[in-house]
Amino acid sequence: MSNTNISSSRSVDWLVVWLYALLTAIGILCIFMVEYKPGTDWMQTFISGKTNYSKQLIFAGVCTVVAVFILLADSKLFTAFANLLYAFGIVLMFATFFIGKSINGSKSWIPLGGGFNLQPAELCKIFTALALAKFFSRQETDFSKLKSQIIGVSISLAPAVLSHFQHEDGLALAYLSFFLVLYREGLPPQILIFGASFGILVVATLVLEPNTLAIILTAIAIVTIYFLRKTLKRNKNILVLIVSLWAISVGIQRFAVPYIFNNVFECYQSTRIYSMVGKDYDCSQNHHVTKGTEKHGKKPDDYNVRQSKIAIGSGEIFGSGFLKGTQTRGKYVPEQHTDFIFTSLAEAFGLVGCIIFLGIYLFLLYRIVAIAERQRSTFSRVYAYSVASIIFFHITVNICMTIGLFPIIGIPLPLISYGGSSLLTFSILIFILLRLDADRQMILR
Amino acid sequence: MSAYNQSRSRVIQIIFAAVFVVIVAQLINLQIFSPKYRLAAESNAIYRKVIYPDRGIIFDRKKRSLLENTIMFDLVVTPSESKAVDTLTLCNLLNIDTAEYKKRMREIIFKNTSVRSSVFEPLLSPELYAKLNENMYKFPGFILSERSARIYPYNTAANILGYLNEVDTAFLRRHKDEGYEMGDYAGITGLEKTYEKVLMGQRGIKRLIRDNKSRLQGSFENGLYDTAQVAGKNLYLSLDVELQQLGEKLMANKVGSIVAIDPRTGGILCMISAPTYNPNYLTGSERSKHIRELALDPRLPFNNRAIGNKYSPGSTFKTVSGIIGLTEGVINERTTVTCNGAFQGCGTGKPKCLDRGTFNFKEAIAHSDNTYFSTVYKRILDQPRYGGADSALTVFNKYASTFGLGNKLGIDLPSEKKGNLPVSSHYRKIFGQKWYSCNVISNAIGQGEVETTLLQLANVMAIIANKGWYYTPHVVDSIEGGDDYNMLDDFKVKHYTDKNIPDSIFDAVQDGMQAVVDYGTAAASRIPDIVMCGKTGTVENYAKINGRMEKQQDHSFFGAFAPRDNPRIAIAVICENAGQGAWAAAPIASLMVEKYLRDSIKGKERQDKLEEFAKKSIIPYVMRLAMNKRDSLKQIRETQLMLKRMNKEMNDSTDNDENNEEDIKPSAPPPTKKTIPKNKKSDAAILNDERKNKKITRTA
Repeated sequence: MSNTNISSSRSVDWLVVWLYALLTAIGILCIFMVEYKPGTDWMQTFISGKTNYSKQLIFAGVCTVVAVFILLADSKLFTAFANLLYAFGIVLMFATFFIGKSINGSKSWIPLGGGFNLQPAELCKIFTALALAKFFSRQETDFSKLKSQIIGVSISLAPAVLSHFQHEDGLALAYLSFFLVLYREGLPPQILIFGASFGILVVATLVLEPNTLAIILTAIAIVTIYFLRKTLKRNKNILVLIVSLWAISVGIQRFAVPYIFNNVFECYQSTRIYSMVGKDYDCSQNHHVTKGTEKHGKKPDDYNVRQSKIAIGSGEIFGSGFLKGTQTRGKYVPEQHTDFIFTSLAEAFGLVGCIIFLGIYLFLLYRIVAIAERQRSTFSRVYAYSVASIIFFHITVNICMTIGLFPIIGIPLPLISYGGSSLLTFSILIFILLRLDADRQMILR
Repeated sequence: MSAYNQSRSRVIQIIFAAVFVVIVAQLINLQIFSPKYRLAAESNAIYRKVIYPDRGIIFDRKKRSLLENTIMFDLVVTPSESKAVDTLTLCNLLNIDTAEYKKRMREIIFKNTSVRSSVFEPLLSPELYAKLNENMYKFPGFILSERSARIYPYNTAANILGYLNEVDTAFLRRHKDEGYEMGDYAGITGLEKTYEKVLMGQRGIKRLIRDNKSRLQGSFENGLYDTAQVAGKNLYLSLDVELQQLGEKLMANKVGSIVAIDPRTGGILCMISAPTYNPNYLTGSERSKHIRELALDPRLPFNNRAIGNKYSPGSTFKTVSGIIGLTEGVINERTTVTCNGAFQGCGTGKPKCLDRGTFNFKEAIAHSDNTYFSTVYKRILDQPRYGGADSALTVFNKYASTFGLGNKLGIDLPSEKKGNLPVSSHYRKIFGQKWYSCNVISNAIGQGEVETTLLQLANVMAIIANKGWYYTPHVVDSIEGGDDYNMLDDFKVKHYTDKNIPDSIFDAVQDGMQAVVDYGTAAASRIPDIVMCGKTGTVENYAKINGRMEKQQDHSFFGAFAPRDNPRIAIAVICENAGQGAWAAAPIASLMVEKYLRDSIKGKERQDKLEEFAKKSIIPYVMRLAMNKRDSLKQIRETQLMLKRMNKEMNDSTDNDENNEEDIKPSAPPPTKKTIPKNKKSDAAILNDERKNKKITRTA
C-alpha cells in the first residue's frame, strides 16, 4: 500500500490541485469583498468564524481534509461502491420527502444536527457521475444500442426528476450536463441538435408574435422545399420529413410552449424567463396559480438581474478595485455572496479581471478533458467527462444568469459561491478524479 | 477503447470555448459598450451631498448688518427608529392631534421610506424649539436638525434687500449650468436677486456612498472628488439704516416712496416704498401664509414704488424744462412772464397758475408758476431754428435723457421701470402730422405724458446739486473681497449732462430752488440753519372707479438737495393722494434731510412735525375701496359660513323633531335632508308638498 501511495502522490495532477486552490481562494476573497465593512479588523473577522468568509475558510479546511482522505484511498473503492452510493443517494432523495427540512421554499434538505444540513441532490451529482462511469465501464455495455442509451439517460435524469419535485430546479437542471458525457460516449448527436433547436424555437416563441413565427416557419419550409425540389422528386420521404418537421415546429410553438409555461413551470419561473426577453408574463394563466397551489401576487420583477447587470457594467475595463465596488459595498445585488458572487468580481476587477478569471476556469476544464482523454479505463474517462460537464454547466448557467443571458435559477458558481455543500461537492468530484487519474495506468472496472 | 469517439472530445472542447466566447462577448457589451450601467451604478450608490456655504451678509454704510444668517431648526424624523414615541406630548407641543401625527407619518413613509429621515415640522419658532429640545428624550427617532436661514435684524428695507425663495423649474431652466437643484433657495427680489452670484458663494459637493436602503455608508474614495464650499461675500451698502427706518416711520399708513441719494457717489442713502412689510415675515414657519397675505394686499407691498412705479413728476419737472429753456436761450434768468390766473398762450386757459403776478426765472421756480414754464416749453417747441415741433421735441428729449430720464438708470435692483419721454411719433398718432406745441403743453409742468420713476427724480436732484453730472444710483457700495463679477463697474462711471449747460444755469435753478424753501411753495419745510434747495410738485391724477375715470386727490411730490454748498443728500418724495407737494412730501423730505445731515431732528417743533407725519394716515381712496371690498368679502364669507352652520344646526334640530314625530319610519328623513342644501328655496316648496303627499299616502 505504501508503495502505491508514494507513486500516486507523484502522479497526482498538481496543476489541477493548484487551480482548485486558486479558485477556492478567489472565492473566499469574493465573499470577503461582499461582506467587508470598512473599519472592522479583517484579521479578527477572518478568524472569528462568524462571517461568511471565515465560514467558507473553515469549509475549505474541511475540504482539504476530505481531499487528503480521498487521495489516500484506493481507487478501486470508487468503482466498487459506485452503484451502491448511487442507490444510497436516490434513497436519501426520497427520504427528503419524509424527513426533509424546508429551507428557502425547497424541501431538499436533511437536517444533520448541529445546525448543519445536507442536500442529497448535491451529493447525488457525485454518485450519478460514479454510477454513469460504472455503467459505461461494464464490458457488456454497448452504447450504440437504444437500450443502453435509455439506461444511461435514466441514470442521469432520475435525480433530476426527484429534484424537480423538491422545487430545486436549479439542481435538477445541473443533471442535464450529463448529456455532454453521453454525447462523448456515443449518444447520437441528433439529440443534442434537436435539443438546441427546441431551445431556439422556445426562445423564438417568447420573442415573436405567434402568427409571425408561424409564417416564418412556413416560409422556411417552403424555401427548403423549393431548393430541394430536384432531390424531392427522387425521394418523397424527405418531403414527408420536412412537412412533419414543420408541423412539429408549429405545434411546439402553438401548443407545447404555452403548455409548458402554464402547466409545467411555476408562475415565478415563467415570469423570470419572460422577463429575460423583456416581456411580462400573465400569471393568471398559470396552472399552479389557478389551482391555488402557489402563493399569488409575486410581481414580475427583474430587480435581481438588473442590479446584477448594473454591478457588472459598472466595472468597465479595469474595475473599481478591490473592496472599492460601490454596488457591492451598498449591497445592491441580492444574494451576492452565493448565486451572484460573480458580480462582485466583475465590479472590482472589470473586464480584464473577468477574462482572466474565466481563463482560469477554461484552463481547468481543458485540463480535465485532457486528463479524461489520457485514461486507459472507461470508468475514469467517463467520470472525468462528468466532472468537466458538471463544472462547465454550473459556470455557464450561473454566469449567464448574472449577465442576463439566462433566467435566474439558483445554481452556484463552482468553488466560488459561498456554501459548504457546494464547495464540498466540487472538491470531492475533483479529488476523486485526481485519485483515479493517479492510477490511470490501471484498468478499473 | 479510448480512441472510440475521440473526435467528439474536440467537439466538447469547442462547445466549452464557444460558450465562454459568448459570455465574454456579453461582458464586453455590459462593461464597455453600455455606459448606462455605470451611470445607473453611480445613481444607485453615490449620493452627492451639496454643502451650502454661508450666504453673504449685507451691511449698511456704518457696518450695521441689515441681513444676516441665523440657524433655524426643523424637526426631523426617521420613522423606522421612532419606536415608543410619547406621541401625546409631541402632539401637544406641536399643537396637532394624533390623527394628524399619524397622517404625517404615513405620508413621510410613503414619500421617503421609513429608513430615511424626513422633515416632520419645518422652521420651528424659538419657543417651540426650546420646548421640544427639553423633551427630545421622549421622542426617539426624532432629531432637531439645524438649517441656515436669513434674518433681518433691523426689520427694515424689505424691498431693497429682497428675499429668498425655493427655485422653480423656470429658474432652473434659466440657470442651467450654475449648479442649482430642485429645493435650493435663491434670491428672487431685491439685492438678494441682483447679487445672487456674489452672496451665494460656491457650493461644495461631498460624495457619499449609500447602500440599498439609502443609508449613508461613508465618503466615496475618501473625499477625493469632493469640492469645498466657499462662503458668500458680504455686501456693504451706501444705505443708512437709521434714515431708512425714519423714512419708513414717516411713510407709515401712506402710499408712496422716498429715495435719497448721495450726489457725490450716486449711493442710495435710503429707499422707502410704502406700504412696506417686515422682511422677517418671509423667513419663519408662517412664511407662505404671510406671502399670500401680502400678495393679496391691494396696496401692493411687494411693489418697490421707488423704481417700479412711473409717476408724472409734476412741477418738479419744471427744473428740467427751465434748464433746457435757459440752455437753448429761449429765456434767460431775467426773462419775466406775467400770469393773470392762467396760461393764455394756447387760448385754452390751461394750465392755471396759483399765484398771480409777474415772475422772473427764480421767482417762477419759487412759486411754481405754471404759465412761466408753459411759455418756456412753448418757446422751445416753436423755435423756428429746429424746423418744426418734431425736431424741437427731439432736442428737448435729448437734453432730458442726459438727465437720466426716459431710460432705466441701471440701479442694482431688479424690475426698474424706465419712465417715459414722449416722442413725436406718439403725438402724430394722436394729433396727426401737424401737431404743435399747444397739444402737449402740459408736459411743461410735468403733467402730460412725461413719466419718471421716483429714483429718476431723485437723480435729477443729484444732477442739479452736482451742477451737471451724476453717478448711476446704486445700493451696493463695495463687495468684501473684491468685485469678481465686475458688478460695480458701471457705478464708477461719471455721467455728464449736456456740456453746453454752464454752471451759471445750474446756479440760477439752485437760486430758484433755494427760494422755494426759503419763502416759496415749501417755505413751511425750511430746516433751520440748513440751506436746502427744493421743488414741490402737485400732480393731478385719475383713477378708474366703477369703470369711470375719476379725478383723485393730487399726488404730493417734493425733490430737494442739501446743503446747497457741497451737497450731501439729494432726495425725492412722493406721497400718493396727499394733496399739494408742500403739504406732505416737502415736510417729510425736510425731516429726512435734517436727520441725515444732523443725525437727529432738532427742536420740539420739528419733533412734533415728525410725530404728526408718522401718525398721519393717507391711504388713497381707490385702495381704501379695494381694502374695504376685500374686508367685506371676508366678512361676507364669514357670515355665509356662519349662516351655513346655523342652517345646518337648524336642519339637524328639525330632523330630530321629525324623528321624534315619526319614529315609526326613521328611514324617511335622509333623502329629504339631502335635497335641502342644493336649491334651497324652490326645493323647500316641493319638499313640503312631498311631505304632505307622504302623509296622505300614509294616512291612506
